[in-house]
Amino acid sequence: MPAVKGFRPYGPELDKNAEAVVLHFEEYEAFKMCDYDNLNHLAAAKLMQVSRPTFTRIYASARNKIALSMAEGRPLEIEGGEVYFESNWLQCLLCGSYFNQPHPEEVAEDCPLCGHHQIQQIEQLDFTNLQYDSL
Amino acid sequence: MKVAIASKGNTLDHLIDLQFGHCAFFVIYDKDTNELQIRSNPFKEATEQAGIRAVKWLASEGVKSLIAGDFGPKIQPLLDQMGIQLIVIRKPETSIQQIINLLKQKHHAKA
Repeated sequence: MPAVKGFRPYGPELDKNAEAVVLHFEEYEAFKMCDYDNLNHLAAAKLMQVSRPTFTRIYASARNKIALSMAEGRPLEIEGGEVYFESNWLQCLLCGSYFNQPHPEEVAEDCPLCGHHQIQQIEQLDFTNLQYDSL
Repeated sequence: MKVAIASKGNTLDHLIDLQFGHCAFFVIYDKDTNELQIRSNPFKEATEQAGIRAVKWLASEGVKSLIAGDFGPKIQPLLDQMGIQLIVIRKPETSIQQIINLLKQKHHAKA
């Protein structure tokens, strides 16, 4: 997630009525991964779970918008776009059930099934490798 | 809060269904009012997107949490978007009654 919601230009020539340029979250993320984290397009595309051509298109659009904002002195707003945030997966150590935390701002304290407090964070839930236990 | 449990049959003695989208029945349990409904899954025979359609239907019934033995891979992004919780129980011999008992016990412990 970006640290701020956007950027505003300043200076004596500032046009206060200039329309903001809207940078989508996925564009921000693509730009950051390439030019701040120094990832190559293939690695960044994998992390974003899009194809490499799609990634390149998102990245090009991000750079266009950032340049537009700078060249024309327009505010830059970061918002929206086609993203969803993957929720955390946890496992209850008592009943063994797996569950996700659909609201990232809330902290999971107990198992939604049995209420036990000993829960642990797991890596992304891989449905294909889960074992069935018997009772 | 309403919880939907994928069930193999229409009584509480039936076992949890391992397939979410194609399960036979959904048992909808309201933790606040203790009310139980057993609804036949309208998408049981659907050839495509049974899971996705079932999620949308259950969400429109006010369900905030889903319990099954397994979920298809298309479900998770949708649930993250809709803010619905998934609970996966990897114990095929678990009956609906056992699950409801756990949920009740948890609810009482909290209240």
